[in-house]
Amino acid sequence: MTRADLLTVLPEALLALAALAALMWGVFGGKDRLALPILWATAALLAALAVWIAAAGEGARTAFGGLFVDDAFARFAKVVLLAAAAAVLAMAAGVLGRRGLLRFEFPVLVALAALGMMMMVSAGDLMALYMGLELQSLALYVIAAMRRDSVRSTEAGLKYFVLGALASGLMLYGASLAYGFAGTTGFAGILEALAAGETPLGLLFGLVFLLAGLSFKVSAVPFHMWTPDVYEGAPTPVTAFFATAPKVAAMALIARLVHDAFGPAGHDWRQVVALLAVASMFLGAVAGIGQRDFKRLMAYSSIGHMGFALVGLAAGSATGVQTMLVYLAIYATMNVGVFAFILAMEREGRHLTDLASLGLLARREPTAALALMILLFSLAGVPPLLGFFAKYGVLLAAVEADMAWLALAGVIASVISAFYYIRIVYLMYFGDEGEGLDGAMTPAQKTLLVVTAAVMVAGIVNLFGIEAPAAAAAQALVR
Amino acid sequence: MTSLLSIVTFLPALAAAILALFLRGEDRAAQANAKWLALVATLATFAASLVLLAGFDPANPGFQFVEERPWIFGLTYKMGVDGIALPFVLLTTFLMPITILACWNVTHRVKEYMIAFLVLETLMTGVFTALDLVLFYLFFEGGLIPMFLIIGIWGGRDRIYAAFKFFLYTFLGSVLMLVAMIAMYVDAGTTDIPRLLRHSFESGPIEILGWQIVGGMQMLLWLAFFASFAVKLPMWPVHTWLPDAHVQAPTAGSVVLAAILLKMGGYGFLRFSLPMFPVASEIVAPLVFWLSAIAVVYTSLVALMQDDMKKLIAYSSVAHMGFVTMGIFAANRQGIDGAIFQMVSHGLVSGALFLCVGVIYDRMHTREIAAYGGLVNRMPAYAAVFSLFTLANLGLPGTSGFVGEFLTLVGIFQADTWVATVAATGVILSAAYALWLYRRVAFGDLIKESLKTITDMDRREKTVFAPLVAMTLLLGVYPSLVTDLIGPTVAELLSHHDAALAAAADAVPGLRLAGN
Repeated sequence: MTRADLLTVLPEALLALAALAALMWGVFGGKDRLALPILWATAALLAALAVWIAAAGEGARTAFGGLFVDDAFARFAKVVLLAAAAAVLAMAAGVLGRRGLLRFEFPVLVALAALGMMMMVSAGDLMALYMGLELQSLALYVIAAMRRDSVRSTEAGLKYFVLGALASGLMLYGASLAYGFAGTTGFAGILEALAAGETPLGLLFGLVFLLAGLSFKVSAVPFHMWTPDVYEGAPTPVTAFFATAPKVAAMALIARLVHDAFGPAGHDWRQVVALLAVASMFLGAVAGIGQRDFKRLMAYSSIGHMGFALVGLAAGSATGVQTMLVYLAIYATMNVGVFAFILAMEREGRHLTDLASLGLLARREPTAALALMILLFSLAGVPPLLGFFAKYGVLLAAVEADMAWLALAGVIASVISAFYYIRIVYLMYFGDEGEGLDGAMTPAQKTLLVVTAAVMVAGIVNLFGIEAPAAAAAQALVR
Repeated sequence: MTSLLSIVTFLPALAAAILALFLRGEDRAAQANAKWLALVATLATFAASLVLLAGFDPANPGFQFVEERPWIFGLTYKMGVDGIALPFVLLTTFLMPITILACWNVTHRVKEYMIAFLVLETLMTGVFTALDLVLFYLFFEGGLIPMFLIIGIWGGRDRIYAAFKFFLYTFLGSVLMLVAMIAMYVDAGTTDIPRLLRHSFESGPIEILGWQIVGGMQMLLWLAFFASFAVKLPMWPVHTWLPDAHVQAPTAGSVVLAAILLKMGGYGFLRFSLPMFPVASEIVAPLVFWLSAIAVVYTSLVALMQDDMKKLIAYSSVAHMGFVTMGIFAANRQGIDGAIFQMVSHGLVSGALFLCVGVIYDRMHTREIAAYGGLVNRMPAYAAVFSLFTLANLGLPGTSGFVGEFLTLVGIFQADTWVATVAATGVILSAAYALWLYRRVAFGDLIKESLKTITDMDRREKTVFAPLVAMTLLLGVYPSLVTDLIGPTVAELLSHHDAALAAAADAVPGLRLAGN
């Protein structure tokens, strides 16, 4: 372990130390009374790390003999996921107390999950990959069940844990196959083994199992079963977190794995990824139609969106990775905004996520309704909002890679899914006025909602300049 | 001025942003402020577009006032107008102040209503000025959102069904176009419309899943674009969203829908389908002719049977758009000139007719034809205006309606005599439904109790109609105003089209001889 190695992992090391320190402080300090200070400190730390990593230098460095890679790709993914995690913490702050969730473990676990995600996207080895993934997953299992006395929350945690453990098992099996046939767990070594000539069949089996395990994490069909239940059952701040940062990290991890380790076998994995993409897009679009619960709807929405991101990956090109990264950034932004709204949905002090309660929201809360409408149209991919450009990018990558059929499937799925997004708009603007909502948004929630909506409109000017970093990230990955 | 087009396009959106950010409250003063700001903004936009017209050189068939800036994903923000686009830009900017003035009586969420119309104007103008495929798509599709809200929030009783039908129908039609656009980009390596116009797409037959596709790639692209534009225009048999949307939309929404939004489909045919895929257009032209002829006759017959005024005018719109598609795909000078003229004229006339319905709807709150009768007795000015637009709608010589119909019929006669014969019966049918409507509403004795106190048009309403009356008559007696503007561009389009056909004549057997 040299100084250079440690410097490379400095952000991760800092985050780990901070999380442990916060844990100690919480345990020996004032327990849950410290929840809010720890939460805000964690949010600030995550945001600061995001800024730091974004400003950090160029080029690629590896540490610990290739276990850990710090390149433009990892940096891009880290900035997105850290910013998303910080935003989720900030918007959760105001409601935790009212909903009996004010535990100091929450921010600590979020920090540890973020740490795991940072390691995932920087993994240069199957071992490092697994380590990061498990750190993230274990933290997530616990916070899914954070409301200990609620049946639904514990059910969500348990369900997530059982299925997650199964996915981990699948992945480990795949990793062992890969190790057996390539003789190494390092991505570089696997790449060499593949480049040497004929692809060994065992290695392909390994790849398929690895992909299956990771598909579970991004909730791609057919490994999506846990998503709606966990989204609905978990406390809303936790759902908001699930929908953003972990999705970005896991998708980036898949991109890292298939390009860095299995790049030469592109012909093989592209078919698998394309299949996952089509199935996810359609299931996300069709199954969302009948939903009556906002959180459950967002679960299907995220399944569909992950399908679109996979379209970019299925193209197997630098453009594909670039557009996928842009997609993920935009997706995370949209979800932060929507969940900022969902978090604030309340009637007589009780949190509820029933879609019917949105009836004629526009009359009482014109600003919030307008912002949410912009976000929903953006999620549906209706131009001229940013969500359209996210979709345009990945479809472009698919057509360039001679997968016009995939692009065609994508646009059809997007029309179907548009129905349930604009259904919410319909409820807000010309639905029936039922028992409405009466809660007020916290300043952080309101700011996030309005800012993300403004981003959806203003971003079409130049995507806020994320195109170039995304291109650099893709270049780092696809050689 | 180099960014004049951007100003014309985005000025209304700027006003909308000001309204959204700075105007508070729902009281009368705030409502009046919103209306006045919207009116001033649309008038300023119209003034700016007149500067555009003054600086436009009709003899130059290329794009003018071109602006180009790099944008995202390798696209360019490129704007420009040629002789085909300019009339539509002017039509839009001319009609929007009238539309705003027409909804002066709205009291329900006025600020949002004005914002929706201002945003809609930006998006509509953008469609006609965009010179980048994706930019075009952005404007083309973006118009759905404000229109969806306009129908949904301020519409009639079944507004929700109509709004959803409108949205999903047109959205589905358009996304196919998006895939085609991406395919064009991959094939030609650019999304720049002027360069795409010079690019010739592969037209040799190809085979997909054992099906032989005549016209190859061009045919596939043509069909994808057709799906979008045919729904938008709309053509029979995908017109069914239009009567629903029209009937449920508020008056101003109907005006914009009929006068401008429908024209986007025709503009799309002229900008993309015909010049970019000439071989495919030529192969499919007979199909389009017959679809158009059926549209003219069938929807005219349907219009005869309506008892809702708006629905009647909506069906007559479909019939008139039938002439447009026929004229465009006849691919000769008279046909295309006529199609553009017909679109401009229909924009004025159908917009005015919807406004006419709006005038009496405001007073009686019903669109049932049977609820009226004998209006001429108490509303002479209204009856005069209504009769003028009824006559213009059926194509009376001296009004703008005649020129468009006549030119398209001349054009189609050269391409296919039988289709021309069938379509010409539509002229008679349109006279039948239009005059019958007028007789039932305006003539006869005023015997209905409810109408005994109806008042004639006030000053605001007269102001609304004055420019429309003037333009309808002016274009009727002096059509060169439009045809001089579009002539060189159309000639250029046709020579390019014929050259492309001649070049492809060997590859595609059975192609109609070019230059007829």
